Amino acid sequence: MSLIDSLPRVGAPKLPKVDGLIPWIVPLAIVLVWQLACVTGFVPSRVLPAPTDVALAGWKLLLSGELVRNIWVSFWRASIGFVIGGGIGFAFGLANGLSQLSAKLTDTTLQMVRNIPHLALIPLVILWFGIDESAKLFLVALGVFFPIYLNTLHGIRTVDPQLIEMGRIYGMTDGELFRRVIFPGALPSIFVGLRFALGIMWLTLIVAETIAASSGLGYMAMQAREFMLIDVVVLSILIYALLGKLADSASRALERLTLSWHPAFQKK
Amino acid sequence: MQEALRFQPVDAEPVDHADIVVKARHLRRVAEGAARGLSLTIRGLRKAFGDNEVLRGIDLHIPAGQFVAIVGRSGCGKSTLLRLVAGLDAPTAGSIAFGEQPRAQDVRVMFQEPRLLPWARVLSNVEVGLGRERSSADAQARAERALVEVGLGDKRDQWPAVLSGGQKQRVALARALVSQPRVLAFDEPLGALDALTRISMQQLLERVWRDQGFTAILVTHDVAEAVALADRVLVIEDGRIAEDVTIDLPRPRRRGSAELAALEGAILKHLLEGSEDTSGL
Ligand SMILES: Nc1ncnc2c1ncn2[C@@H]1O[C@H](COP(=O)(O)OP(=O)(O)OP(=O)(O)O)[C@@H](O)[C@H]1O
Ligand SMILES: [Mg+2]
Repeated sequence: MSLIDSLPRVGAPKLPKVDGLIPWIVPLAIVLVWQLACVTGFVPSRVLPAPTDVALAGWKLLLSGELVRNIWVSFWRASIGFVIGGGIGFAFGLANGLSQLSAKLTDTTLQMVRNIPHLALIPLVILWFGIDESAKLFLVALGVFFPIYLNTLHGIRTVDPQLIEMGRIYGMTDGELFRRVIFPGALPSIFVGLRFALGIMWLTLIVAETIAASSGLGYMAMQAREFMLIDVVVLSILIYALLGKLADSASRALERLTLSWHPAFQKK
Repeated sequence: MQEALRFQPVDAEPVDHADIVVKARHLRRVAEGAARGLSLTIRGLRKAFGDNEVLRGIDLHIPAGQFVAIVGRSGCGKSTLLRLVAGLDAPTAGSIAFGEQPRAQDVRVMFQEPRLLPWARVLSNVEVGLGRERSSADAQARAERALVEVGLGDKRDQWPAVLSGGQKQRVALARALVSQPRVLAFDEPLGALDALTRISMQQLLERVWRDQGFTAILVTHDVAEAVALADRVLVIEDGRIAEDVTIDLPRPRRRGSAELAALEGAILKHLLEGSEDTSGL
């Protein structure tokens, strides 16, 4: 195996069925080792419960409906916060990328705000909103805003000026120029922002829910800690990981769909 | 002449079956050809960027349908002149007048870089060339015709990324041709191509020029290319036209013929002498 194995290669033999399974070998092995370690008593169950215990806890919570409710609440918070923060970030990115005036007016301010870690605002946010829904939404939206804003702006600013000139020469209107040249050109960068934002979205939500919430996955984990239900704690962590993976996969799929022209996404 | 008509670019697929159609189209184009090109008159044209006076009074008349090549040392203002003609920049002084008021799609430019939209299929890239007529009903058919014209009919659904440099440049040519321009300006369109691709592209340029009868203005570094293709070669120096050489040789011209070599030598000599003068200062 060479270091540059991940780069496209000419004529590399493909085994599609096996290929899809390869990424799952390591996680599966980890779960297996974990199970063994717990069953043999190498790891005491008070430190780390066996995967089967975690699954059992999950099953119980599923039957009581608590799990679905908490996942749903967290998912809902993440989505709404993401849509609000991402939407505003995208709008500012577009505006500042396309208009000098808008950029002059707002970019410096936004860059200053960007340097405040948004989680540092938690005490203030709790004072403002209490442990209300709006507190979590605000934090998620704020966290998601900057990666989307910065990458949208960067994407638009780095669209090949020669292509823009070409579009103008061929008589594109401003709208067409945006639709056919600027936006597609900025898209790869916007996707980078999207993936960053998704990561920040979960991170923010976990922190916010563990500190100030009365429902959601983070809250479920904190409650479980109070009652020493370590299997539930581990379960919530695993679910976070799963949801994060899900969001990432979704954005990748979207990327493959819209960037099929890009040499990096072309199927051989 | 028949030879030129039958010429196909080196890597184009054979189109024998369509030969008759191609010929018929060609004859029709030749018939309307005289009317297609636009004449161009430039008077006292100046262009300065700040203190840098690049063009210092260009006077030039190009008859309709003529193939003019512009040569000159790097930085002498060839691209600047071309951009002025194409209306991409405004002159500091002087005027550029066409024989008739051109519509937007009557004047087209082709650059050294193909400038294709990487996210649009080849055919959509060609459709871009239709300008405001992009949404007309026959847009796609016209784009397809232009693609066939440059020998890339089979690449219509490809992404630009998978094309070779020469093929990309041919797509750019199709895009420039699809609106049937009456003036076509080329800024070193073949500069980045290898020698063989270059020659086949030169022959393609010559063929479409003869087919469509537009007025062609070709900026090039390659004096051999200039004398092989053009009716007339202009040498720009110190912001003015230093030489205006008519190339009165029958077409198709045989590359490497003695007459071409002699003309090339004379123009090169002029260019080199110019550079010695300045290096001596
Ligand atoms: N937009 C611009 N702003 C300032 N100076 C410019 C601009 N465009 C061109 N120039 C200057 O004008 C001069 C001529 O440039 P131009 O690109 O026309 O040269 P050229 O003959 O095409 O050279 P080359 O053969 O290398 O392409 C150069 O000195 C260049 O620096
Ligand atoms: Mg130039």
